[in-house]
Amino acid sequence: MSLQSNKIFNSHLRSRAIRGMVFYGICLVCVCIGIAALGTLLVQVVSDGWSWLTWHFLSDYPSRHPEEAGMMSAIFGTLWVMAMTGIFAVPVGIGSAMFLEEYAPKNKLMQIVEINLANLAGVPSIVYGLLGLAVFVYWMNIGRTALAGSLTLALLVLPVIILASREAVRAVPNAHREAAYALGADKWQVIRMVVFPGAFPGILTGSILALSRAIGEAAPVIAISALVYITFIPTSPMDRFTVMPIQIYNWVSRPQEEFQNLAAAGIIVLLVVLLSMNALAIFLRNKYQTKSDE
Amino acid sequence: MKIRESFPERAENPISGTIVKYLFFLCVLISLLTTAGILYSLLSQAIGFFFEVPLIDFLTGTRWAPILKPQAYGVLPLVCGTLLVAAIAAVVALPVGLATAIFLSEYAPDKIRRILKPLLEILAGVPTVVYGYFALTFVTPQLQKLVPDMLVFNALSAGLVMGIMIIPMVSSLSEDAMLAVPRSLRYAAYALGSTRLEVSLKVVVPAALSGIIASFIIAVSRAIGETMLVTLAAGATPRMTFNVFDSIQTMTAYIVQLSLGEAPHGSLEYNTIFAVGLLLFVMTLIMNVIGHLVVRRWREVY
Repeated sequence: MSLQSNKIFNSHLRSRAIRGMVFYGICLVCVCIGIAALGTLLVQVVSDGWSWLTWHFLSDYPSRHPEEAGMMSAIFGTLWVMAMTGIFAVPVGIGSAMFLEEYAPKNKLMQIVEINLANLAGVPSIVYGLLGLAVFVYWMNIGRTALAGSLTLALLVLPVIILASREAVRAVPNAHREAAYALGADKWQVIRMVVFPGAFPGILTGSILALSRAIGEAAPVIAISALVYITFIPTSPMDRFTVMPIQIYNWVSRPQEEFQNLAAAGIIVLLVVLLSMNALAIFLRNKYQTKSDE
Repeated sequence: MKIRESFPERAENPISGTIVKYLFFLCVLISLLTTAGILYSLLSQAIGFFFEVPLIDFLTGTRWAPILKPQAYGVLPLVCGTLLVAAIAAVVALPVGLATAIFLSEYAPDKIRRILKPLLEILAGVPTVVYGYFALTFVTPQLQKLVPDMLVFNALSAGLVMGIMIIPMVSSLSEDAMLAVPRSLRYAAYALGSTRLEVSLKVVVPAALSGIIASFIIAVSRAIGETMLVTLAAGATPRMTFNVFDSIQTMTAYIVQLSLGEAPHGSLEYNTIFAVGLLLFVMTLIMNVIGHLVVRRWREVY
């Protein structure tokens, strides 16, 4: 009897082991799908765009003729917009995080704030574009300018920056705050001299990652800027502008193959910028992490 | 909070203390105002539209032709296109994302995890306009080799690439949920003689189910709101079809198309983008709220 059940058990074990192997294989294939797609995408972009990536591509304005076209106005537009987005969004994000983590009372209003933040993070980016169009461009009469685009992108990345900053603030050990209080510091001094310095690396990393997301966004900026043929560098926040993803969109949507290759060259530039920002964020994170471990 | 209780608060400098507190509160207010601004801008412009086109005609009409005469303002073709692309993306991303999450949390040794996670993060960080380029110049030509009469702009290739785009979202949220399942449950199952497959599918996945379902809902809502990829690859012909080889138009792609056009501010055509935007906002909002509710309602607390 026991021999028999043992036999059944063993035969099961074998088929279960096989099933396990099959499942492992399926999982492995699934993991590879994403990575393979990423690899194919990069190879495709580089092979299409590499030969178009020349100095004149970086230093010329867009043109009707693909061989004369460059993306200088888009590069400088992106620089303008990113700088202003950072100036608007980062301080507000830090302030929000400080209030929510250090001051916020537990009441209905704060519950609403929490729910609101969670939902804002899920709003499609094109809806932010419509917000910017209605509020900044027409209601405040800022016009289709770099300023309106930056304000819109600042609102878009604000929930991300708040989230990252809150995590960084929360990671500052309570013992540090208590020590400062014990030395007679008041709340503002504790925040200024203990919490902020302790949270700074995390805030910096989160802000860089949030801004790198904003650099790749095209949808909200298209709703704001509309015009995509710009042959000048913005000299003030009130100038019309274009950014790299819009220029790329413009080139991809043309039927001629030369323009598609130009788009690939533009994508290489965009990806290099994004990857270096990500690398910088990771570098900063690692640098400060090892320091705090010592 | 704890500090306040254990230490009697020192008399704060009344000026810097209060001013700073209210300054910080103003920052918080900005995110509340953002939501208010979204609602205000969408509603105020959409109401003008709904005065001329009854809401019921908008929601149930099956022809969308706001620019060509005779005009028709039935939003269903745009909704249909949006859902078609999102459904294709879900078919790709949900199983693949879940399997990736299981692999990362149950199978992968630490070394491989440390390589895979950043790669998936890069996949998530690639701008969507780049995915649009990829769909249009690589995936579509490859698919056309298999299906020769497929159009250049089609729902299938946009949907497939969008599926790849949201894999990292599904996998990272699901993996977080699985990592929250305590080790002791796994050890108990192993002690009873389970294989790794049985532990994964019969213990870890059920225990993390609320988080997994939430990741599905949030990823699909992301697919619905995604813009540049579908604008580039799925086409600009609103139509009621479930033929994946057809050119369609999504709600987001319509908004971009009209934003690029020359519709005068305040005209009926112009206000359509706010009506469509409002519908898009409501759809994604409902999905996100359901996603958060699922996590809250069915979360197993260990």
